[in-house]
Amino acid sequence: MDAAFAEAGAPDNDPIRNGIGLGMAAPTILRHGTDEQRRRWIRPLWTGEEVWCQLFSEPGAGSDLAALGTRAVPAPGPDGEPGWRVNGQKVWTSLAHEARWAILVTRTDPDVPKHQGMTYFVCDMTAPGVEVRPLRQITGEAEFNEVFLTDVWIPDAHRLGEVGEGWRVAQTTLMNERVAIGGGAVPREGGWIGVVAREWRQRPELRDPALHDQLMRLWVAAEAGRLAANRLREQLAPGKRGAAQAEPGSGGAERPRGEPGAEGSAVKFAYARLNQEISGFELELLGAEGLRYDDWSMRRPSGVDSASRTPGYRYLRAKGNSIEGGTSEILSNIIAERVLGLPPEPRTDKDVPWKDLPK
Amino acid sequence: MSLLYAEVEEELRATVRHALAGSADPWRALAVDIGCAGLAVPEDRGGAGASWREVAVVAEELGRAVAALSTATVPFLGTTLATAALLAVEPTELLAKMASGTVTVVFVAPLSTPPGAPPHDSVRPDGSATAASLTGVVASVADAAAADVLLVPTQSGLFAVDAADARVVPVVSLDQTRPLCDVTFDAAPATLVGDPGAASGAWKSALMTGAVVLASDQLGVATWCLESTVDYVKGRYQFARPVGSFQAVKHRLAQLWVEVTQARAVARYAANCLADGDPDSAVAASLAQAHCGPVAVRAAEECVQLHGGIGFTWEHPAHWYLKRAKSSAIALGTAAQHRAALGALVDLPSR
Repeated sequence: MDAAFAEAGAPDNDPIRNGIGLGMAAPTILRHGTDEQRRRWIRPLWTGEEVWCQLFSEPGAGSDLAALGTRAVPAPGPDGEPGWRVNGQKVWTSLAHEARWAILVTRTDPDVPKHQGMTYFVCDMTAPGVEVRPLRQITGEAEFNEVFLTDVWIPDAHRLGEVGEGWRVAQTTLMNERVAIGGGAVPREGGWIGVVAREWRQRPELRDPALHDQLMRLWVAAEAGRLAANRLREQLAPGKRGAAQAEPGSGGAERPRGEPGAEGSAVKFAYARLNQEISGFELELLGAEGLRYDDWSMRRPSGVDSASRTPGYRYLRAKGNSIEGGTSEILSNIIAERVLGLPPEPRTDKDVPWKDLPK
Repeated sequence: MSLLYAEVEEELRATVRHALAGSADPWRALAVDIGCAGLAVPEDRGGAGASWREVAVVAEELGRAVAALSTATVPFLGTTLATAALLAVEPTELLAKMASGTVTVVFVAPLSTPPGAPPHDSVRPDGSATAASLTGVVASVADAAAADVLLVPTQSGLFAVDAADARVVPVVSLDQTRPLCDVTFDAAPATLVGDPGAASGAWKSALMTGAVVLASDQLGVATWCLESTVDYVKGRYQFARPVGSFQAVKHRLAQLWVEVTQARAVARYAANCLADGDPDSAVAASLAQAHCGPVAVRAAEECVQLHGGIGFTWEHPAHWYLKRAKSSAIALGTAAQHRAALGALVDLPSR
């Protein structure tokens, strides 16, 4: 569809700047929203008029997102409209400083076990009480923010899904996040391997037989990851019989057509490691030049344009790839449990009311 | 081109799996009854008119069934190389006989021959180039013991030799599921089936095709190792828990699953390229060997380790897969040799 619009000369919908809207908020609203909510939010989201961000992680709820403590309590609005008053702190929020809307998960019932007492909202980022502060990262700039919510009022009409169903709704968002982060179709050498391959071709003085085998290992890994992502995309494509095809090694697991499954986690998992290895290799390939950096000044980029930055930037930025959108350790658990069907670790937190959990 | 399995390929997989499970003579069942010997051979040359995609599916099933076939004779790799070589020369009656499964033709090259190697020169025609006899030795030839006819590449052309006219001596192989032989020709009567020009093309085609088909065999090995290990750790209890519930074990299997998933995509891509005569075939073949070889080895090594003590025994089937995987990683070039070959193919020279 994107290709058809591009061919017709239409401007694109700013997919990098609105990645969270297109990749995560939209599928969640389409799946769990009411007709009226879809009418209100989807069109300006899709055209790129309204940018979205995601208020999920908290300082005390990272990998264990379900431990989150941002409280929403019922409170009528100024004209008596039913709604909620929200207090808490969110973190790792890309684009919060540009976003018009946020998808937000809150705790509405602290007296039940943690997965049960959550509720999912759409939050107006221009509402009183929403404060966005940049969070500077190891690259020197701030793609992310901390967001403080102080007595923010959200109308009940902006709730997605039932009260207490927030965890289930959030699963839709998170599964789509990993597919979005895992990336769209790319040509051969379309990723960072292409940057390194060009350097290798253009600068014979850098070549060395030991580095060559490392380069080719990475080239093979990049190509294997790319083909696996293409194959997954083909499996997920609507109307393809592969969508519900049980794969050898998947324990016969099937899923509805068009639903990104845990397999998306695998693509993201593989890309994180690959980008870290390629960018680490690139610095060593460049030797003395690898000791320099382009710019440590604090900036607020609206997207990550790694290819135009210095190799040191890529090396540092890639460290985030195995943390953002689910750490590689959590993704390994997801693959092991949902794809391979391995038993979960014994849990001590599932049947305890949220308010009684150690924090 | 699709990287998924077509419906007809899944049907073929089921048929092959069924035949391998229940047959006293699995090679006959495969080659003759199911017609696998002629899958990649066009109908007008006596074959089934399918493609290398289907051949790759058969290879995958053979890789999965390594333990069950450990005492059977299934000369699939040797005949696959011979098929590719014969398809690259002028049509011969031999190809049609081979495609029907009635004559087993095996390609005579050391199993470890790397990509880009020139045809070995250890076997030469006696006297003139078109002379009707060959003399020389080729060591470590896979599947030669099962051959009715040996297809012998030389620098003077491609020759067919009746296996009875050569000395085929089995050697003790690391991988008993793909046994090796040393093959000696002593003025053995030979028929020229490809002149030197055609023979050179046949040699390259055989090695490239072998690399692609072997990758699917490796995928099958890796898949079996992953599945059997996952099953085992679900049911094996230590510390009053299934060992598969420990993250130290889960994370290893998750990593392996990612690699096997990539191997499937890579192996499918290579089979597609070969089936379509895609100009990317040589890249795809070396990519497949550079990736799938090490994945199969890792899968087999993880299988042994995660089975614990039982995995180290002869009684447990894991060892057949380990030996098959390690020997396959050397067969038709190591991963490092294929990476070097890839460098030249994709304009990433080593110097």
